[in-house]
Amino acid sequence: MLVFIIRRSMQSVVVLLVMSLLVFVGVYAIGNPIDILINPQADQAERAQAIASLGLDKPLYAQYFTFLSGALHGDLGKSFVHATSALGLILERMPATMELAISATLIAVVLGIPLGLLAGLRPNGVAGRSIMAGSILGFSLPTFWVGLMLIMVFAVELHWLPSNGRGPTTLLFGLIPVSFMSWDGLKHLVLPATNLALFNLALLIRLTRAGTHEALLQDYVKFARAKGLANSRVIGVHVLRNILIPIVTVIGLQFGALIGFAIVTESVFAWPGMGKLLIDSINFLDRPVIVAYLLVIVFLFILINLVVDILYSALDPRVRISESKG
Amino acid sequence: MITSADAITEPVLEVDGLRTHFFTKAGVVKAVDDVSFSVGRGEVLGLVGESGSGKSMTGYSLMGLIDPPGKIVSGSIVLDGIELRTLNAEQQRRMRGNRIAMIFQDPMMTLNPVLRIDVQMIEAILAHKQVTPAAARLRARDALSKVGIASPDERLLAYPHQFSGGMRQRVAIAIAMLNRPDLIIADEPTTALDVTIQGQILYEIQTLTRETGTALIWITHDLSVIAGLADRVCVMYAGRIVEQGTCEEVLANPAHPYTRGLLDSVPANNERGKRLKQIPGMTPSLLDLPPGCPFRERCSRTTEACEVSPEMRPAGGAGQSVRCFHPLVPVHG
Amino acid sequence: MASPLPVANAPARSVQTPAQRVAADFLANPVAVFGLGLLVLVVLAALFAPLISPQNPYDLAQLDVMDSRLPPGSPAPNGGHFWLGTDDQGRDMLSAIFYGLRISLAVGVISTVCALVIGLTMGLTAAYFGGKFETLVMRIVDIQLSFPAILIALILIAVLGQGTGKVITALVTVQWAYYARTVRSAALVEKRREYMEAARCLALSPSRIVFRHLLPNCLPPMIVVATVQVAAAIALEATLSFLGLGLPITEPSLGLLIANGYQYLLSGKYWISFFPGIALLLTIVSINLVADQLRDVLNPRLQK
Repeated sequence: MLVFIIRRSMQSVVVLLVMSLLVFVGVYAIGNPIDILINPQADQAERAQAIASLGLDKPLYAQYFTFLSGALHGDLGKSFVHATSALGLILERMPATMELAISATLIAVVLGIPLGLLAGLRPNGVAGRSIMAGSILGFSLPTFWVGLMLIMVFAVELHWLPSNGRGPTTLLFGLIPVSFMSWDGLKHLVLPATNLALFNLALLIRLTRAGTHEALLQDYVKFARAKGLANSRVIGVHVLRNILIPIVTVIGLQFGALIGFAIVTESVFAWPGMGKLLIDSINFLDRPVIVAYLLVIVFLFILINLVVDILYSALDPRVRISESKG
Repeated sequence: MITSADAITEPVLEVDGLRTHFFTKAGVVKAVDDVSFSVGRGEVLGLVGESGSGKSMTGYSLMGLIDPPGKIVSGSIVLDGIELRTLNAEQQRRMRGNRIAMIFQDPMMTLNPVLRIDVQMIEAILAHKQVTPAAARLRARDALSKVGIASPDERLLAYPHQFSGGMRQRVAIAIAMLNRPDLIIADEPTTALDVTIQGQILYEIQTLTRETGTALIWITHDLSVIAGLADRVCVMYAGRIVEQGTCEEVLANPAHPYTRGLLDSVPANNERGKRLKQIPGMTPSLLDLPPGCPFRERCSRTTEACEVSPEMRPAGGAGQSVRCFHPLVPVHG
Repeated sequence: MASPLPVANAPARSVQTPAQRVAADFLANPVAVFGLGLLVLVVLAALFAPLISPQNPYDLAQLDVMDSRLPPGSPAPNGGHFWLGTDDQGRDMLSAIFYGLRISLAVGVISTVCALVIGLTMGLTAAYFGGKFETLVMRIVDIQLSFPAILIALILIAVLGQGTGKVITALVTVQWAYYARTVRSAALVEKRREYMEAARCLALSPSRIVFRHLLPNCLPPMIVVATVQVAAAIALEATLSFLGLGLPITEPSLGLLIANGYQYLLSGKYWISFFPGIALLLTIVSINLVADQLRDVLNPRLQK
């Protein structure tokens, strides 16, 4: 198992290096690096100084090494708008986005798996059909529009929930600011988290239903019944354990997508996370922040993929045992 | 109508007029159509037929494992004096895996690939008996050694895919025997295995059931398996039993033309160098089967009389009966 | 000797062309027919927008800012009504929606078609020639598909700048990978079929084999993917426009209309965002319904 983790980690480092090269090429060779890294409002003298200090007059490979070493030290340039470290800005906003993504995943899992299970067990009943019809809506509706509707209904018409912002935060472990620990913070979290959860919810419902439907046709279910096991055990243990494996994989991989979708939700609900920062940066042409965001996202995605791989092999005994042999 | 085979002891299972139909959009499939037989205590009954003859469905019906759109429409199933059809779902569940157990054909898929062997064995015990998990584990371990699996303690901690096909089937047999059932239904348990393993498994099952006095219904399409194993045999065709009797009688003097055809088509029964004998035609689709004898399109002895469905009548040797108007042996009474 | 018994089956069908059979299967499902009907309405509304709109919402001469932010049903100065209300410039929402539909659909379809052509070519050639070329192409596809589309689109816009052409480029870049992957999987299966062997034996040129023999047989799954992708492209463009990073104000798609109305949501003037949203919704849902049914109908495994 350890060998597996080490091997996958090394592969991940390679991918990370490749991606950093791609970002570098995108920023330095294709885009105009002078525009991307130097504040357009700087005057001639400042530009010349910046070009020199950034090493933009040096050959390309030297620039790449400078770039890399800067990245390893956590220096990805200074934001044009905020005049602070770009990476610092991103890391400051990360807890907000993470909280949103994790809450959305929780909502999708807690609602999606039972609903999908129900739809799979009774596909032709009223419950089954309406759940499936609902899931199609979940796919089709554009996230931002649903967000708007949520605001319209729950904030404007019913006045139950606030319409935007994050509300007060408390420190988790004394370090990380989170919203869910206070009632007011929770109220601010509900709508954006639900909005973000919808796509995944629909996906999970469909996946769970398909998996349940397929599992029920398998011989091991018939055999489990032939052993005289209670129905609750047949479904709850035999079926569930089998369908959980692909589902966990999807949930894990979708987490990365959630961080991407969060860009939209954060804009709709003015939630102060990384995504909103990205949009603002694109609008203000604050390119160091965009570059920093890209690298952080790539790193996160690679990390997520690695974790999912490890989780998958931990859950599926067939993979685990063959990996340890080879 | 029960045609009595004189059971050596009182019957542990009596099936009378069993009918299992599947109500599909395309029509009604009469998978099991008026099947009656009985199995004595400790007896081995062979249920022989081609695919589509309804033999597996008979097995599932006995276990109560028929799912919609299938339904047992009529008949009685009496296990050790208990009429199974009158039991509610919970009572039926308590019989399954406990008084009556089943072994399936493909050992690859009958064991759940993501659960350990011990989990799958212990749950079978705990579903029916009030014992501690430790005691259940001990029982499981003993059951594994009984079916000839070496180092059972290690094997309990393994997963199904770490076993070979033959070993998995042994595990399935062990599970079937865990709660000492009165009757085991084995649905083609050796068909998916290598020929050499087949012999071993056959022997294993035979020995075990003899030891414990468990009755056995062995479902197969392979007559040669039945020859060495069964006490009595039922031949099925198109959802009906067309012939019943002791193994020796039926194999030596088959009453039904279909049984004759089956026996003749076994390559060992054919002359070298000559064309293999076959039964002409194909098994009929069970969808909306026309009335009359289902074998008549393929039979060389068909007459107009065969347009009516024949009933089972005693014929030939003692305990033999046949469903045919023109059987190959004389009819009694 | 007895003749073989015919297996009881459905009655023999009269011979239909594949297209007729597909159409018949498709129309058998009432939900699909509903979806198709809805889609036809949407497309017609978009095509004939200038003819059916009560007002040309982009002709400044027709606008009067005194009419702005009127609720649905309010009477219009030239007789008639603002059925869906007006926006902050006094534009009739109904007209704006029709024109917006045009642009949304046009951008969606154009980007899908371009992506389809590129993706098809890449996927087919990758499958046909195999080797390092295929590995390279598929690696790129895999990496691209592991990132959410919105992210890729945003980064491209950030790098390329804004404008209609750049938005379409971003949409095309996001989508081509789906087509490449789907057609490659289908092509790998088809490559092993005998008619491909026959074509090779006839020493036909590779381009002929790929385009005349391989392509038509890979089309059914592509049709489904393309249909779904049109909806996805429309949704993505709407999202980008909503974020202010999509089409310019001169080409107001439904996304932009919704964005315009966002600020008025809190003051209760919901119609400025709501109705364009409904129009967007209807478009996407109808496309998805049609695509769902197409998928079932074209799936060879479900053929009876």
